[in-house]
Amino acid sequence: MDFLGAHQPELLPGNRPLPPVQGVIEAPHGTTIVAATFAGGVALAGDRRATMGNVIAQRDIEKVFPADEYSAVGIAGTAGLAVEMVKLFQLELEHFEKVEGTVLSLEGKANRLSTMIRGNLGMAMQGLAVVPLFAGYDVDREKGRIFSYDVTGGRSEERGFAATGSGSTFARGALKKLYREDLTEEQAATAVIQSLYDAADDDSATGGPDLARRIYPIVTVITEDGFRRFTETEVAEIVRAVHERRLEEPDGPRAALL
Amino acid sequence: MTTPFYVSPQQAMADRAEYARKGIARGRSVVVLQYSDGILFVAENPSRALHKVSEIYDRIAFAAVGKYNEFENLRIGGVRYADLRGYTYDRDDVTARGLANVYAQTLGTIFSSAAEKPYEVELIVAEVGEGPADDQIYRLPHDGSIVDEHGSVAVGGNADQISTYLDQRHRDGMTLAEALKLAVDSLARDNNGGERSLTAEQLEVAVLDRKRPQARKFKRVLGGQLARLLEGAGAAAESDAESEESGDSEESGEE
Repeated sequence: MDFLGAHQPELLPGNRPLPPVQGVIEAPHGTTIVAATFAGGVALAGDRRATMGNVIAQRDIEKVFPADEYSAVGIAGTAGLAVEMVKLFQLELEHFEKVEGTVLSLEGKANRLSTMIRGNLGMAMQGLAVVPLFAGYDVDREKGRIFSYDVTGGRSEERGFAATGSGSTFARGALKKLYREDLTEEQAATAVIQSLYDAADDDSATGGPDLARRIYPIVTVITEDGFRRFTETEVAEIVRAVHERRLEEPDGPRAALL
Repeated sequence: MTTPFYVSPQQAMADRAEYARKGIARGRSVVVLQYSDGILFVAENPSRALHKVSEIYDRIAFAAVGKYNEFENLRIGGVRYADLRGYTYDRDDVTARGLANVYAQTLGTIFSSAAEKPYEVELIVAEVGEGPADDQIYRLPHDGSIVDEHGSVAVGGNADQISTYLDQRHRDGMTLAEALKLAVDSLARDNNGGERSLTAEQLEVAVLDRKRPQARKFKRVLGGQLARLLEGAGAAAESDAESEESGDSEESGEE
């Protein structure tokens, strides 16, 4: 990124001159991204809806991307800016690896993402915010880790589970009751899908699974074997199981009172 | 005031070329060959940390001989060029040909300018294609020319002898193990036609494997995998590998 800044600064997202703004721009916005750690890794999932005000701008947008072999980013906020930022982030990690010959530490990657978000603060204050959720497998500590960010790039590590986006409050509420420390990979995937379902239930900007069109949340896991995105078939199987139970209990699994 | 000596431009250039060639011939060699699934790079390199063969981009790799800090500069420049181009346009728009052209310009400028010493380096830039016919290997000598190579090529050390040996024995469609054995055999020959032994610890091996599912096709062949391939390739060379290592002393900075 420093090299880019020195040689072709116009390619950096924050460096383009902005036209004067009258009021907030209606740009595609609104999301839920959820992450949950499990024994041996971390799951990161996101819904598929992009909204522009009250209109659904896109039904199948992808918001979760691999950053490199052992980490992934889910993005909430202005879609176009966020995708560009992810591209640059992926480039930065790959570039470091090739030039230095070693991979960045997970903390190092989380830090770089922080700096990128901070660089976007000017645009964020004009209504074009990008807020990511970063998850990765730490090869030294041998466990999954989650980092959440605020709009200024302030980063904090989350224990167990986290969510970001307009539906994050609802998703977090659901995960609070569903999450356990000893989940398997499959169970963690189910838990995040349940939480996304609940988020979509209460947040109009978050899309639930579209069974008719077969558009499902993007579910990814990162373990010692690296990044893996669940195939459509795998996600469909879990979604169908969740959906069938919801036909009997629409609010989802009931937790014990004490 | 002493009268400055006149040196004709031909003489000056010939001197510079001689200087660079000597530097490159002093070091150890690198061999690049095509095999069925891609391109194999084998360098005689006892160092764990300093690489002669490196990844540039998805299907492109870089190998060099000569002065380490000089070719290291060029390597990093190449990675920057590739990443910048791929980001500005698209990943498919980064080609070995484009990269080789940039290297040729750089080396040519350095060689022609009297202001700095010529780079004592010889580079290879290779790109793996969809099939063996689409593979490209470019050799860039110190003076900024480009040579299109096919099948097999050697640079550094006694490159001419090694190249001849390779030309006689290389065939299309060799397996990785066969190609590796051929490369190691060619490197193990010393000036008098005798044989040294080269163990896995003295080799740096990497491939551009078109069959890899990932977009990035470059992979180093290390440790256990390298030892297994060297064994699997058959008889004589491996029993030599168990015996004493060759006693070459290392020169610092000149590889």
